[in-house]
Amino acid sequence: MNRKVVKEDIDSRIFDAVNMVLLVIFMVIILVPLWNVIISSLSSGKALAEGGFIFWSKEFSLENYRAVFNDSSIGQSFLVSISKTFVGVFTHVFFCAMIGYGLSKRYIRGRKLYVAMGVITMFFSGGMIPTYLLIKSLGLLNSFWVYIIPALFSYYDVVILMNFFRNVPDSLEESAKIDGAGDWHIFLKIFIPLSMPAMATIALFNGVGQWNDFMTTKLYITNQALYPLQMKLYEIIVQSQTQSMQNIGGSAVIETTTKGVQLATIVITTLPIVAMYPVLQRYFISGMMMGAVKE
Amino acid sequence: MNKTAVVPSTSMPPNAKKPMRQRIKEFVIDYKRQWEIQSMILPGIIFMIIFCYIPIYGLTIAFKNYTVIDTLSSAPWVGLDNFKIILSDEYFWDAVVNTLGISFLKLGIGFIIPIILAIMIYELNMGRFKKFVQTISYLPHFLSWIVLGGMLITWFSTSGLFNELLLNLGLISKPSNILLDSGKYWWIATLSDIWKEAGWGTILYLAIMSKIDPTYYEAAKIDGASRLRQIWNITLPNMKSIISLNLILTVSGLLGSNLDQTLVLMNSQNRARAEVINSYVYRMGMTQGDFSYATAVGLGVSIVSVILLVTANKITSKLNDNQSVL
Repeated sequence: MNRKVVKEDIDSRIFDAVNMVLLVIFMVIILVPLWNVIISSLSSGKALAEGGFIFWSKEFSLENYRAVFNDSSIGQSFLVSISKTFVGVFTHVFFCAMIGYGLSKRYIRGRKLYVAMGVITMFFSGGMIPTYLLIKSLGLLNSFWVYIIPALFSYYDVVILMNFFRNVPDSLEESAKIDGAGDWHIFLKIFIPLSMPAMATIALFNGVGQWNDFMTTKLYITNQALYPLQMKLYEIIVQSQTQSMQNIGGSAVIETTTKGVQLATIVITTLPIVAMYPVLQRYFISGMMMGAVKE
Repeated sequence: MNKTAVVPSTSMPPNAKKPMRQRIKEFVIDYKRQWEIQSMILPGIIFMIIFCYIPIYGLTIAFKNYTVIDTLSSAPWVGLDNFKIILSDEYFWDAVVNTLGISFLKLGIGFIIPIILAIMIYELNMGRFKKFVQTISYLPHFLSWIVLGGMLITWFSTSGLFNELLLNLGLISKPSNILLDSGKYWWIATLSDIWKEAGWGTILYLAIMSKIDPTYYEAAKIDGASRLRQIWNITLPNMKSIISLNLILTVSGLLGSNLDQTLVLMNSQNRARAEVINSYVYRMGMTQGDFSYATAVGLGVSIVSVILLVTANKITSKLNDNQSVL
């Protein structure tokens, strides 16, 4: 009996050790490529052309970043990315909260119809071409507002906020109504401040989505002045891909310059996400759980 | 204050039949009385009609011959002609083969890895290390596909990380650009997707596991069950319904693919194996301007996806003692 317990203990320890080793390998698989990108972006053109390093560069240099910052169009793209993310997030959260608040009142007329309309939008959509034709006929092609207006609404986020508003005690609303407050006043002054955690979660997810979005630009924007960073990066990638295919064995210098710029742009594009990551992490698990709660 | 002021008259039983006219009249009266709160919902209704329902109506161009000079209503009806063309369109079927190839690889490997990973994380005893693993594993999810695509192109280039690794390990003798090799594209698409999403995929599983009653494990330990046996007999059965739900969603998405990923990783050398249905719709519609045909392809694929969803739900509910998870 005693020996059996000891054996189990050893088995369990072996299990823990193997488990740990496998997870460390998993983390190496994730971290090493990322580290390699950072190191490469900080390498000189010569080191990039030679290649042959994984953990540490042969020659460090800031030339790639200098090249990026000298290109004024990347600064413009950064500005577009920042403004579309901020404007997009604020309008989206407010719009969804407003509708979610309205729908959280069970007594409103037509509620069943509204909810049915919303649920249908979660499962059916017109798809790429009909949406493109709509955006075109609304005159939103090549307009900054194409980043904002079609992204105002998501029924999923409306449901999350609606559920959150439901958990606010009725007594708050009732006492405000006695004081003669209207629905808009109650929504803006009582419910919005109380729902900050839920709204922050939605804002963060929506913000990552806006920052990372590239299809909207690809589909609806041809004006370079309205390119966000993601699109700018895409252009650089396509450009350097074409070059590297034309120059197989050709001039390696041009190739590595675009490669360096590409790497530096990748790091700059990702930096805001990484900077926000600790905040994101605090919210996303609660966010996933909020989404899982049924109506 | 009592709410009766805003609640519609409930004196009548709700199911009683009233003449249509009277019902509309009552609705209008209530709507006016609730105007302030209705004014918050109205913008949403208008939004949904414009941005969701008009495009759904726009799907009718799949049955029309729409050209740039037409409007949606003036384009002539052509019935199922566009769908007939699909059947004999070689490029479309190539895209279907690629889509299914990549989807099945993603299903076969990418579906199981998050489950295993979640169990491994769940079995960790050290709180700090656990947090650290989770933090690192969720990170790639937040990179955009354009950023990851740029990274992949760098890693797979002739002087990049992968060639360096393979050279050092002695697996290859000469570096080559892996992304230009169309034969490897399916694997690149699959493995890069797993690299990005495997960690994120564990969140829901870990949340479900954290609700398992710990006394089960204590009882199993007393009975002398090994750790692997505990996983097999306690952890996995408790995750059965969430796993089947995920499986249903994955199966219904077999014909869908990641357009961002395809657009950034596809090049003239690997196109034959990289073109998927989504990117084909994009190319036909946006690049070649054949709106009607592209819409027909998209619509056809969504109809098949719905059929897949229903079938997968039926099969899994049979396996789950006739309990539907949807």
